Amino acid sequence: MFAIVIEQVLNGLLVGSYYIVLSLGLSLIFSLGGVVNLAHGAFYALGAYLAYEVERRLGFAGAIVLSPMGVALVGVLIERWFLRRLYHEDPMLSLLFTFGLAMTAEQSLRLIWGTTGLPFAIPAALTGQLLLGDFIYSYYRLTVLAVTATTIFGCWALLHRTAFGMIVRAGTRDPEMVRAMGISLRPALTAVFALGVALAGLAGVMSAPLAGIQPAMGTEILTAAFVVVVIGGLGSFWGVVYAGLLVGVVRGITVVFYPPAAEASMYILMALILLVRPRGLMGEKFEKFE
Amino acid sequence: MDDHSRDQQQNRPAQPGRRDALKKSAALAGAVAAAQLGFPALVRAQADSVKFAHLTPRTGFLGQLGEYGFKAASLAVDEVNAAGGLLGRKVELIAEDSVNPQTAVTKAQKLIERDKVVAIIGEINSASALAIGEQVARYKTTPFFNTGANSDALRGKNCNRLMFHIEGGNTMYTKTIGTWQKAENKIKGARWYMLTADYAFGHDLFRVSTKFLKENGGELLHNDMVPTNTQDYSAYILKIRQAKPDLVYINLAGVDQTTFLKQYKEYNLPYPLAGGVMDTIPFWGAGIDSISGHWQSLWYHGLDVPAAQAFTRRFSDKFGFPPDNQAWGDYVGVKIMSQSIAETKTTDAAKIVEYLERGASFDILKARKGSFRAWDHSLLQEMYVVKVKDKARMKDKWDIFDIVRPVPGANESLELIQPTKEENACTMA
Repeated sequence: MFAIVIEQVLNGLLVGSYYIVLSLGLSLIFSLGGVVNLAHGAFYALGAYLAYEVERRLGFAGAIVLSPMGVALVGVLIERWFLRRLYHEDPMLSLLFTFGLAMTAEQSLRLIWGTTGLPFAIPAALTGQLLLGDFIYSYYRLTVLAVTATTIFGCWALLHRTAFGMIVRAGTRDPEMVRAMGISLRPALTAVFALGVALAGLAGVMSAPLAGIQPAMGTEILTAAFVVVVIGGLGSFWGVVYAGLLVGVVRGITVVFYPPAAEASMYILMALILLVRPRGLMGEKFEKFE
Repeated sequence: MDDHSRDQQQNRPAQPGRRDALKKSAALAGAVAAAQLGFPALVRAQADSVKFAHLTPRTGFLGQLGEYGFKAASLAVDEVNAAGGLLGRKVELIAEDSVNPQTAVTKAQKLIERDKVVAIIGEINSASALAIGEQVARYKTTPFFNTGANSDALRGKNCNRLMFHIEGGNTMYTKTIGTWQKAENKIKGARWYMLTADYAFGHDLFRVSTKFLKENGGELLHNDMVPTNTQDYSAYILKIRQAKPDLVYINLAGVDQTTFLKQYKEYNLPYPLAGGVMDTIPFWGAGIDSISGHWQSLWYHGLDVPAAQAFTRRFSDKFGFPPDNQAWGDYVGVKIMSQSIAETKTTDAAKIVEYLERGASFDILKARKGSFRAWDHSLLQEMYVVKVKDKARMKDKWDIFDIVRPVPGANESLELIQPTKEENACTMA
């Protein structure tokens, strides 16, 4: 029994790493722009669909690099043309806008690529399993883990070791003070939105070989992404990372003991954590959101 | 195919404590409600036409199946009209999106009362089919041909005289693959691991498949009730690996089924795979690299029967891709109702029901003709055991199965895969 639990814990960490990439983008966009991006799932789906197109021509390595960039580009356009106008309005407006965008995007995916799901196989080079004693890992999932770890580290370095990151973090805490110092937040807002949706796109690319591609995939994953952000605490980088891993592990253990509650486990976890820590695991007090 | 009755996404504003949270959730709820209302097809009824209704989910999770069904139904109506229509009149198809059981009721009432349709054809979601069945039983003016809902209860305790089932029930699917497994000696003494979708459809399937397994000397090693819309099955696959079963049997449908298939293949476990239902569309969606095993099929476009090949050709020529089993059901539904009207020379529901119950036989694009069983209105028909094709021999991306054999075999009674009266009693009022 003990070995089974250990195996599920390790597997849960793997599953959780995948939640992190998706939720990190959501958290970034919310922290800086104050936008609850209900279209995050749509960008995730777009990432998968673009990967489908790129993969056929340039292989999976091309897809994992180019597809998130394509999603980022779409993100830049949407931010420039629409979202930018809504930052200073009632937050309700950006919420409604992204909600509408999510629905429009899903239907557009149906119109362009059809209502049927698209096949997407695990790249041949990454098929196969690694057997470590009694444990089994698929090479593909280990690759996902490596990509995720690199992404997390890259984002952390970007936010904590660059001038851009400093502006973003300062803007998150006190946008007025940043402006008062003569720094325009506009380019940072655009960049953060692009980065956030690119992360969603990357998660979409990585999920395509595991769960396939279909138009509703974005709406299905969105709630989980929000749950991870809320558990981690709004605005907290490491909070999202811990929360993603925690959600993965709790879910894995639930599957061992009581599978019917497997998908509900993350909500129960969220409720419990919010009872003890109303701002989430590592949430901080943010003037502008209080 | 059955329903994963899921609500529209429940988007959660990320900060529950904010002062405009209430405003937000109210707006969200409104938007979700508006999205679920759907839009009626604006087809102006002609007074002198014979009107058929096609009522099936066209949006949401089952929408892609429903869309195939609609295309096939409209193809069938075009063909009937090209051959001169019915009773000297043109046939008109009024198509509606049934959305969910509540909407299905409203639309069925509207189709019967206002449009005065002579038949309702369609549905995939068992709960919606039940709701439509109740309506046609109440009005008694319009037969309903269920072309996609699998629940045994529709043919059993909820059966009624106006409802006919072209789609196979859960027991039929189970017995089709089971009969083959028995012949291959894969059941007796075998230990099965099951994964079951945790809602009415899965539970029903679990009930009939464990019954079949135990009656034939097999053993249920373990069953996991799996929440619908699970994205990651690795945790379950690890459990299966620890349990070392002789066979993995999944009572899952739709996206859940293909997600599991993909990930099961990812781990390359040595235990063979089978399942309680199979719809071609999700298997196409998963792609041949991600699927494996032997499955049961209600109808497959590779079937080597001239009528089936001709239908596949006409459908492919018109739409650019081959028909699936759902398209088959809706096409055959229109054709069965058309033949009934032509033969009885009336659109009177009572006379049509009587004609169907007398055992009228229909060309259902299979080797053997089909007819409805009088006591529960289940279509007596052959089904097929299919095997995932060797990739090297695929002609195109739709060509994913080889047909292993029909069940029942050519010399066996079509009753073989049907539920018995004891298994699924039906008393019609």
